[in-house]
Amino acid sequence: MTLADPAASPAAPGMARSFGSPRVRRPLGLAALVVLLALCVAAGVLFGSRTLAPAEVWAALTAPDGGEASTVVWSLRVPRTALGIVVGAALGAAGVLMQSHTRNPIAEPGLLGVSSGAALGVVLGVYLFGITELTGYIWLAIGAAGLTAAVVFAVASAGSRGPTPVTLVLAGAAMTALLTGCTSAIVLLDQASLEVYRFWRVGSLAGRPVEVLWQVLPFVAAGLALAVANAPGLNALALGDDVATSLGQRVRLTRAVGVLGVALLTGAAVAAAGPIAFLGLAAPHIARAVTGLDHRWLLPFATLLGACLILVADVIGRVIRGNGEVEVGIVLAVLGGPFFIVLIRRSRVIAS
Amino acid sequence: MTATSEPTGDLAASTSPATGDYRPPGRRVLRVGRVSWAWHPRGALVCAALVGVLAVVFVRALLSFDDYPMGTSDVLAVLLGGGDGGQRFVVFELRMPRALTGALVGAALGLAGAILQSLARNPLASPDTLGIGWGASVGAVAVIVLGGSAGGISGAVAQVGVPMGAAVGGLAAAVVVFGLSWRSGVQSNRLLLVGVATSLVCSNLVYWALTWTDLQDAARAQTWLTGSLHAADWDRVATATVALAVLLPLSLGAARVVFALGLGDDTARGLGVRVNGARLGLLVGAALLTCAATAAAGPITFVALAAPQIALRLCRTPQPPLLAATLLGGVLTLAADQVAAGLFAPTQLPVGIFTAILGAPFLMYLIVARHREGRL
Repeated sequence: MTLADPAASPAAPGMARSFGSPRVRRPLGLAALVVLLALCVAAGVLFGSRTLAPAEVWAALTAPDGGEASTVVWSLRVPRTALGIVVGAALGAAGVLMQSHTRNPIAEPGLLGVSSGAALGVVLGVYLFGITELTGYIWLAIGAAGLTAAVVFAVASAGSRGPTPVTLVLAGAAMTALLTGCTSAIVLLDQASLEVYRFWRVGSLAGRPVEVLWQVLPFVAAGLALAVANAPGLNALALGDDVATSLGQRVRLTRAVGVLGVALLTGAAVAAAGPIAFLGLAAPHIARAVTGLDHRWLLPFATLLGACLILVADVIGRVIRGNGEVEVGIVLAVLGGPFFIVLIRRSRVIAS
Repeated sequence: MTATSEPTGDLAASTSPATGDYRPPGRRVLRVGRVSWAWHPRGALVCAALVGVLAVVFVRALLSFDDYPMGTSDVLAVLLGGGDGGQRFVVFELRMPRALTGALVGAALGLAGAILQSLARNPLASPDTLGIGWGASVGAVAVIVLGGSAGGISGAVAQVGVPMGAAVGGLAAAVVVFGLSWRSGVQSNRLLLVGVATSLVCSNLVYWALTWTDLQDAARAQTWLTGSLHAADWDRVATATVALAVLLPLSLGAARVVFALGLGDDTARGLGVRVNGARLGLLVGAALLTCAATAAAGPITFVALAAPQIALRLCRTPQPPLLAATLLGGVLTLAADQVAAGLFAPTQLPVGIFTAILGAPFLMYLIVARHREGRL
């Protein structure tokens, strides 16, 4: 299965007709996406468990007076929205990297167990070394994410034909079961680890201190830089390793940069917000429908779209709350599952 | 379907030229007058051996799980009607229900897995990978959480409600997964992918339910969700017994149909099986077995995946043998529970976590093996 398969981006031809040529469509789409992100940010700041009128929010934003409204806006909603942008962008970009490097339209950090790996890394750090600092968690999460990605890929591609969508997803499910089992065992044995783990089990943007954002930011920035550097190489790799080599690409270097990028982006996102599934799956697919297959456009689109999607999911989670609010990871999984199934049913290549 | 690369005999060689009857390789036919019965000597031997192993593991279970000092002779004495009050309580109220639940739940899972693997014609199909286990969990947790504030569904409602919830949830998941992967026939790769997606959605629904219910209900649901036999009592034994007593004879009676479906739809049709009806009936049966097991002990993963595959290698049959898979499921679950309980004593690891850690590498092995054969 290559990404050049038309079934993987079924909307592309229709979009092409309605929006004209890619030269018009891409800049226009990017501008629309920036506007959309601005709207999502506005929604993220406007909606919340405490009802504030837009005027109140605006006043709190422009002239913080230390009152209740400005405290809610500045210490809860703004950091939460900012964290959402960072995590969503990281997962969107990580999704593009994974789908392109595995040449597999349903690769995604959550589905392939990379997120569970990162979570286990953190819990192991607490259990074995008593680490309590977030910077420590981030390094552990990144290391474990990279290791898990490598193992899943190795298991799925054992054999001569490389990984297929089914082997990748099943290997990911097996890894998730294994890693989650190990995590549960540790958590049962060790109270301190349980305290940390509860914080993550469901992916959430709420209740994370502001420092989380600042500590995660450099890792995500580095990961995004690697992804951008990777984009031209991915265009060549999409033609197959042999063609890429003959085009003068250093295939191994491109792969190494990609895996490092995935580890940094996923590790940082999981350390900050917990395992969040399906975001890295959906963002590249929706982006691809607009941009086509050029990674230099696909990457920024998916990155921005990831940020938009997570903010929308977060707002939905706040609006449909029961007793508290629904964590963004749950909203994304429940909405993303049907998306994934539609994807499977539409693609002849995946299912055969 | 050939799930393994084991030599299973040549199809043509076992087809009688005179009648065209297909006879699975390795089978003998016993004839008494006009009644004939096909049997599989190696399979029968394996089943007999498994009964013996199951008995040993079961007795071993009656000796373990807690620190109460009792020797084999004490336990035997209690079983024969002797022993003091404390000993009787420990054996009959603590250890016996736990051992029985483990054996019954494991047997149900092994049988369900064997049926599903034949139906999907894929060794990677199991209640876990097809989302049935998590579907049952959604139903059961919904009953625990919606049944009122903490403890609101004690007594009769809990006894009936949780298994009913699990059955509804698991059946719904099975129907949804098969329905969504249907596109002029069930294609087993699509089935597996839809199953993984459904599992993810269901697991997140469960986590959601856990976050908005009150702490006490959440704690009870959480204990149940770890797939544990700690809390086994005679009610749970009853749930599992009833389900198995009905479904095991039905399934074994339908063994011929299961086998025929495993050969492919066209072949099955040629053998006189009404394919769609049979598939639906077997699917419902396998789902109900999974739900009964899940209701009694919570989600115990990978037993349903591994037991049929190990049984198939032991019996050297072309498809998972139903009875051997059933027995092996019981053996695996009972043994895993004892190891899990003793591994980090005094902390008892829930058996579900332990089977997940052991079973996941087995699933990976199956993926690699099947990928090498070019079947994925």
